[in-house]
Amino acid sequence: MTASDVKIQIEKVYKIFGDRPDDAIAELRAGAQKTEVLQKTGCVVGLKDIDFSIRNGETFVIMGLSGSGKSTLIRHFNRLIEPTAGRILVGGRNIMEMNAKELLAFRRNGISMVFQRFGLLPHQTVLENTICGPILQGVNRREAVALGMEQLELVGLKGFENRFPRQLSGGMQQRVGLARALATKADVLLMDEAFSALDPLIKSDMQEQLKDIQARLKKTIIFITHDLDEALHLGDRIAILKDGELRQVGTGEEILFRPADDYVERFVRKVDLSRAMYAHEAFTKVPVLTSAEATPERSAALLREHPGVVVTNGVAPRLLARGATGEAIAVASVDAGAAIGQCFPLLAAQDAILVTEGGAATGMLTREMAFKALARSARPV
Amino acid sequence: MADNFPELIDTRGLRFAIDDGFSWVVANYGDVFERLLMPLLKLLSGMETFLQWLPWYVTIAAIAALTYSASRSLKATAGAAVMLVFIGALGLWNDAMATIALMLAATVVAVVVGIPLGIAMARSDWLRSMALPLLDIMQTLPIFVYLIPFVMLFGPGKIPAILATVFFAIPPVIRLTDLGIRQVDGEVVEAITAFGATPRQKLFKVQIPLALPTIMAGINQTTMMALSMVVIASMIGAGGLGYQVLQGIQRLEVSRGLIAGIAIVFLAVIFDRIAQSYGRRAQKHLASGE
Repeated sequence: MTASDVKIQIEKVYKIFGDRPDDAIAELRAGAQKTEVLQKTGCVVGLKDIDFSIRNGETFVIMGLSGSGKSTLIRHFNRLIEPTAGRILVGGRNIMEMNAKELLAFRRNGISMVFQRFGLLPHQTVLENTICGPILQGVNRREAVALGMEQLELVGLKGFENRFPRQLSGGMQQRVGLARALATKADVLLMDEAFSALDPLIKSDMQEQLKDIQARLKKTIIFITHDLDEALHLGDRIAILKDGELRQVGTGEEILFRPADDYVERFVRKVDLSRAMYAHEAFTKVPVLTSAEATPERSAALLREHPGVVVTNGVAPRLLARGATGEAIAVASVDAGAAIGQCFPLLAAQDAILVTEGGAATGMLTREMAFKALARSARPV
Repeated sequence: MADNFPELIDTRGLRFAIDDGFSWVVANYGDVFERLLMPLLKLLSGMETFLQWLPWYVTIAAIAALTYSASRSLKATAGAAVMLVFIGALGLWNDAMATIALMLAATVVAVVVGIPLGIAMARSDWLRSMALPLLDIMQTLPIFVYLIPFVMLFGPGKIPAILATVFFAIPPVIRLTDLGIRQVDGEVVEAITAFGATPRQKLFKVQIPLALPTIMAGINQTTMMALSMVVIASMIGAGGLGYQVLQGIQRLEVSRGLIAGIAIVFLAVIFDRIAQSYGRRAQKHLASGE
């Protein structure tokens, strides 16, 4: 990762709650445990030596159970909570050095936030709530309203702009929260357990919506959750936090298949691997021939080295698998990005299926390949 | 009388010191205080003159309209009008207007002073820890005790009457403003902070509007307490219905005391209805979705 890719950098951040923070940090640096620190100084350690960076345009998930310090951590990015020690750089600027005026400007223009219990103003309409950011920025009212309507349309709330938050369901209220955060046009979006208070179905709708929006807007999103499935689904990278300490930072795959320690391992143990592993990790690339090229001799020769051959005839690609007799046959196909679990029903009906990349068939997936891939990453019991 | 408790210190010296000190303040600064509080007197006298000048049917119509706009109930509106007519029919119209003037003036002063104090208390835990015991004392100290310095400073009259009433009536509006602001959903305040609101914007856009139902409850209590002070305030020169009650006591006229007493109850009912309905409507408007 080059320096220009980094949007946010957190350097050696500590957060101590209590009257003797300096002593507590000294104890921690000397290697004391949190319980010892509490005994000796009466201070509670909120965050300990947090150090990582977040890339431009990535969705970075911070995950941990309650009490892990994740909500404390996310509030450091816009200084709703001040760190006891350490540096926080956003877009290369140390936000700890900002004075009150610069901080206000940064909060107005540089960073926005979505809250777990929505945090909407109950006495203002959906539209008023949505444009609260632009109004604070000093945008004139007419422009702000246009901007707000645009965001409400983006989150699918057109027609609800004159309702009050209490008249909407939880999911719709959180869409208002999201529209409000997007309306400021800030590059960084903080989402503090944004979907945790929602019903499971609404929650997955919102996750899809967020992915759609992110694909279009390419914000830098910091997403807090206690739900591993959500973390794996949304996160380009995931940080696991426990008791105020960072245990692992990595892609979903790294976290799942190469857990850094026992805690992370126990955390990910219950994940359904068939949903966390994708066809591209299991399939095999095979030669692709046109129907004119696919003479019996040539096919037979290729089948000695490859498990199969894809034959394209301009319409639907067909598969000639090793050991199969006769002609290439039409089979189902999946995208390389599909989860292996999604391929199970197809593999139950056919021995082998095609795998497409960018719409073009490039390889095949058999029952055996899928099984072996899962077996490779299965952890010993 | 034999004293059960041994005399540890001679309190006479202390008492003399307090009395002399206060007399010195009265002698040297009495005029200053009186001049400072002239606007208050003007407010009260102005209101009283205005209410007594206003034709009775206009007053009744105005109060009925106020009741209706607050409660949207014809029954409550008719009730208020009937009670006012009754007060007039008993020959107590001018006294009732004087009482309403005192109550309104005291409430206005209490609200104007009390709400900023409550806001300051909500923002500073230190100030709150100082102010709470003080408010407790103000509410439990027998009211007659602080009539003494006011009367000494200003002599019997309307100024000490309104000051004593304000002192007596101000604690609820301070307390409930503080409480209301502290009870505002922390996440809503946090949200507006995260979007870059200044402390002032936070206060006026979020905290005060959301605390309004509680603040209204405080104003309601303050109004009622101000009304309950009118009898006592009449002892130091406030006229009105309280003075009629006082005369009833002095002359042992049961009828006079009773009739004026009933008129006070009627006023209390009318203003309580108005203030409470306003509070309820504010609450309804603000009910959050959770």
